[in-house]
Amino acid sequence: MPAPDRPRVALFVTCLVDLMRPSIGFASIAALEDAGCEVIVPEAQTCCGQPALNSGDRSTAADIARRTIAALEGHDAVVVPSGSCAATIRVHYPEILEDDPAWFPRAQALAAKTWEVMAYLDEVRGWRPTNVDLPATATYHDSCSGLRELGIKHQPRRLLAAVGGLGLTPLAGAETCCGFGGTFCVKYPAISNAIVGEKAAAIDATGAQLLLAGDLGCLMNMAGKLHRDGSPVRAFHAVEILAGMGDGPAIGETA
Amino acid sequence: MTAAFAARVDAALADPVLKIAVERTAGTAEAKRTLAVDAFPDFEAARTRAAAIKDHVVANLGAYLERFEANATAAGATVHWASTAQEACDIVLALCRQAKAKSVARSKSMLGEEIGLPHALAEAGIERIETDLAEHIIQLAGERPSHIIWPAMHKTREQVSALFKASHHAPHEEETIAAMAESARRHLRDAMLGADVGISGANFLVADTGAVCTVTNEGNAELSLVPPRMHIVTAGIEKIVPSMPHAVHLLRMLSRSATGAPLSQYTTFYTGPRRPGDRDGPAEMHIVLVDNGRTRMRREGLAEMLRCIRCGACMNHCVVFRQIGGHAYGGTYPGPMGAVLTPAIDGLAASRDLPNACTLNGKCQEVCPVRIPLPTLLRGWREKSWREGLEPASVRSGLALWAWFARRPRLYRAATATALKSARLMGGGWLSRLPLAGGWTRHRDMPAPAPKSFMDQYRQGRRR
Repeated sequence: MPAPDRPRVALFVTCLVDLMRPSIGFASIAALEDAGCEVIVPEAQTCCGQPALNSGDRSTAADIARRTIAALEGHDAVVVPSGSCAATIRVHYPEILEDDPAWFPRAQALAAKTWEVMAYLDEVRGWRPTNVDLPATATYHDSCSGLRELGIKHQPRRLLAAVGGLGLTPLAGAETCCGFGGTFCVKYPAISNAIVGEKAAAIDATGAQLLLAGDLGCLMNMAGKLHRDGSPVRAFHAVEILAGMGDGPAIGETA
Repeated sequence: MTAAFAARVDAALADPVLKIAVERTAGTAEAKRTLAVDAFPDFEAARTRAAAIKDHVVANLGAYLERFEANATAAGATVHWASTAQEACDIVLALCRQAKAKSVARSKSMLGEEIGLPHALAEAGIERIETDLAEHIIQLAGERPSHIIWPAMHKTREQVSALFKASHHAPHEEETIAAMAESARRHLRDAMLGADVGISGANFLVADTGAVCTVTNEGNAELSLVPPRMHIVTAGIEKIVPSMPHAVHLLRMLSRSATGAPLSQYTTFYTGPRRPGDRDGPAEMHIVLVDNGRTRMRREGLAEMLRCIRCGACMNHCVVFRQIGGHAYGGTYPGPMGAVLTPAIDGLAASRDLPNACTLNGKCQEVCPVRIPLPTLLRGWREKSWREGLEPASVRSGLALWAWFARRPRLYRAATATALKSARLMGGGWLSRLPLAGGWTRHRDMPAPAPKSFMDQYRQGRRR
């Protein structure tokens, strides 16, 4: 089936973006509309269920998966501003529902049309930001789930290359986990802190003004450590930059 | 987090020398592995083939073990079967007594550690000479291995120098690695050559020849196994490969993944004891095949873990291991592979922290030469821990409350709106202290939540 000219795209906001940084959701809408999509925000969404999935509570995770599938499936595509939440739907929903004959096919169908937002903009829509300028230097951290479960590596860099004036400085160990790990960072705070301490030092060492990534959880972890350590580096979700919102407050800054 | 694990982690994180030692070795290994993998024509295809070889063997384990037994026996070795660690130790001790052994020379074997052989030998009053340099170091220090291929990884060369000076009869004077190695050689060589029995593990058991393969970089296996009158091998049953070409393929993967070397310095295949006309070799060769939970692992969803060839790449690349080192894991095997194996060997109740103390970042799976889906297996342990009620009540009730709302979007919205409203009282910007999130704010700041949720703002008409 050819992609429709103006696909109806459901935005899965994610619970973190909903509560912590709505601008990432609005940036996603702006970029998707600019890329010719009709964006719908289904009312019945809450969280993808990752906290249950990663805690080993498979039946709760499966229950939340069924509800999320029902909320999202009636659209041409589902777009998520987070590699890890997108990977939960794309990779893990079919796994946790594989023994449920009624829901497994629906999980597979949803998985096949669910995309991380920058992968969708780049690979599916072939979109590039136009007339977006941000004279700044930035460095990019590859969040693990997006990188290893969805193959997101070059898409954000291709999109960011089209932002006028923005220079990307490579980050040493860009593919090394930042130590967030969802519930890991509160269950094992001392280990998490040791990991993110090294990450923050590596980010600082780039000399870049901005830290960009595609997952708010990792960004909050790294930005929170940078701020505690007194670093001047400011953090944004990359899609905020792509939507021309790089002149607004960074994570943790007041408007 | 259990108190025992927390104490080990705190001790590890508070040890600045440990961090230096782990970074030196794992950092070098990571860099060298990357070069070796990049230089290898289609390493990804080679990983797939390695995984297929192991899967085939694990699925047909009984048949290959019988073939190995027949061929090893035909070559003159005696094969013994042990279903538990205790049985394995008992067999080894009985053989040592039969050989009237006062001392044994041991070539490094993680299976030996797994079954508690060093302890069993001590209990039996048999002197144990560890001949691998790193095993020698930790024997002198009275410690356990902290890594499966570098047992003394947790020690810096400066610490080792001090240890040698305190323990060796003619220690090095020059502070160089070569002089230190020479000191160990002087100390070990006579004891090694005078041992009554040589004990080794096996990197591979070759079914169609009955050969046992060991790899070392020091030649200590050959020196400890050939001169004594008896060679005892203790090996996990999953070490079997069908034939030499399979062993060679896995050897290429093993050394590259472990150290980045194309091959280890010494790779030896031992096929039976000394034959008539041989110039040297032991009069007897005994091979103890150890199950110790492996057939149960195969039955209970951990068959993929039996692919493991013990290269250590998963731990070298693990962000958690790089911070806490090997001893904090508390089991024989550390790192991601240890976090899968230890619950199977020591029980989940005592080790449920290990599969949880992982960010599920997937790097271990990416570097595994036999494509073990380590994060998936770790999730499996988390699910079992949840089902069996081993997770703390606070975690269970917190998750249950969250899940109750997550299933009810309208109530979820109302509850989050109330929560955001009260969060506004804490102010905007960065928060450095938060109720219920001390684990976060002890070490980092937390951005204040949004004044209003995305969903509320969207409903009220905001679009950009």
